[in-house]
Amino acid sequence: MHSYMVSKMSSKMVGSNNLAHARRMVQQLRVEASIERIKVSKASADLMRYCGENAKYDPLLTGIPASENPFKDKKPCIIL
Amino acid sequence: MCDQTFLAITFGPCDNCSQNKPLMNIYLKNEPINYCSLCVELMACQGLAKGETTNTLKAESESLKAKLEEERAKLHDVELHQVAEKIDALGQFVMKTRRTLKGHGNKVLCMDWCRDKRRIVSSSQDGKVIVWDAYTTNKEHAVTMPCTWVMACAYAPSGCAVACGGLDNKCSVYPLSLDKNENLAAKKKSVAMHTNYLSSCSFTNSDMQILTSSGDGTCALWDVESGQLLQSFHGHSADVLSLDLAPSETGNTFVSGGCDKKANVWDMRSGQNVQSFETHESDINNVKYYPSGDAFATGSDDATCRLYDLRADREVAIYSKDSIIFGASSVDFSLSGRLLFAGYNDYTINVWDVLKGTRVAILFGHENRVSTVRVSPDGTAFCSGSWDNTLRIWA
Repeated sequence: MHSYMVSKMSSKMVGSNNLAHARRMVQQLRVEASIERIKVSKASADLMRYCGENAKYDPLLTGIPASENPFKDKKPCIIL
Repeated sequence: MCDQTFLAITFGPCDNCSQNKPLMNIYLKNEPINYCSLCVELMACQGLAKGETTNTLKAESESLKAKLEEERAKLHDVELHQVAEKIDALGQFVMKTRRTLKGHGNKVLCMDWCRDKRRIVSSSQDGKVIVWDAYTTNKEHAVTMPCTWVMACAYAPSGCAVACGGLDNKCSVYPLSLDKNENLAAKKKSVAMHTNYLSSCSFTNSDMQILTSSGDGTCALWDVESGQLLQSFHGHSADVLSLDLAPSETGNTFVSGGCDKKANVWDMRSGQNVQSFETHESDINNVKYYPSGDAFATGSDDATCRLYDLRADREVAIYSKDSIIFGASSVDFSLSGRLLFAGYNDYTINVWDVLKGTRVAILFGHENRVSTVRVSPDGTAFCSGSWDNTLRIWA
């Protein structure tokens, strides 16, 4: 997609930057490894519950009547 | 409902320099300590410690990555679509183009809705930024930028300004005037400066701050009034193509995605990269949070969209089909998060059932790549922008 765009930045790793970069990688990975995680089953259940609770407020999901959707009417009645 | 199980970023005295700053949690000799971001950088640049070489660090890197994968795998007890088997399948969807916005002279690259649910700002390769009334399709404002390829545009929360940028490497804010005759370009304010193209921009919860992402591999947070850089975010190893702010109830984080195939989650105050996901096989073109803030979706050049859950810290769904071989350029959720709208380079928009992982509709209409897809703030419609120079409102 980006062949037409300005050339991509190349990661500069020259000389002593190698060391700093390696250190940062290790630090970053330590941070990421240490976070608390929950099981996919629990995460999935929560996502499903959110969808279920909010489904009725989702016009694109439930479909609202043309009279209530300003885009479906050609001449919407707008109370100014 | 979203308790932040990743690091609680604190503000307080740095363990090294004692100054009061936003602190990053790091581990020295396996002990967790809090350093400010300046001290973290200084520490990274110190000379070699005893027995430390780039090779030992590299080996430690590899072993940490393996440990990370192991930890993530332990919690992978089921797939999302399996858990979703028990809920009803969605019915047939009939979505049609309700409005077509014509007026751009070249490819539409980006668009954003105003919070008033009817106005839209869009930007194009021809350098024009147009504000439309989507109900009537009238153009309300038009600005010509000094550059072509305006890849990013955003509406301010107040509805009183728009931000945009692209090949000029900047993000500029234009206050919108009620006087249609006023030359908007005269009041332009340059806010952000990057060293490569601006790929995406977003106001935070107010008109006062803007978050930007760039082809220079960084994201940055700016003060609009002064143009001052408030925080920068380093961690991507190639162009950053997209960013999205977490829904306001869940705190000060945002997610970014880029050409390094990674999606990173950041803490806005400290600049720390708190989580990172790398499962895509090609550039990530777009990232969008799930409405609850517990997950986010990505669209990629590898022709898939994926869902990552932040608390499980892993990818939990892939939205793909053998028949879809073109990249996904843009994604957005419906209000409840059950539907994912994705625009593709094969000119179509696919609508996915987020939980079951199945496609529920394909929308045809655009005559070239779909470059941007956004659901309106009240969820009544969504807008798509395309390289066919038009925008379409679907409902």
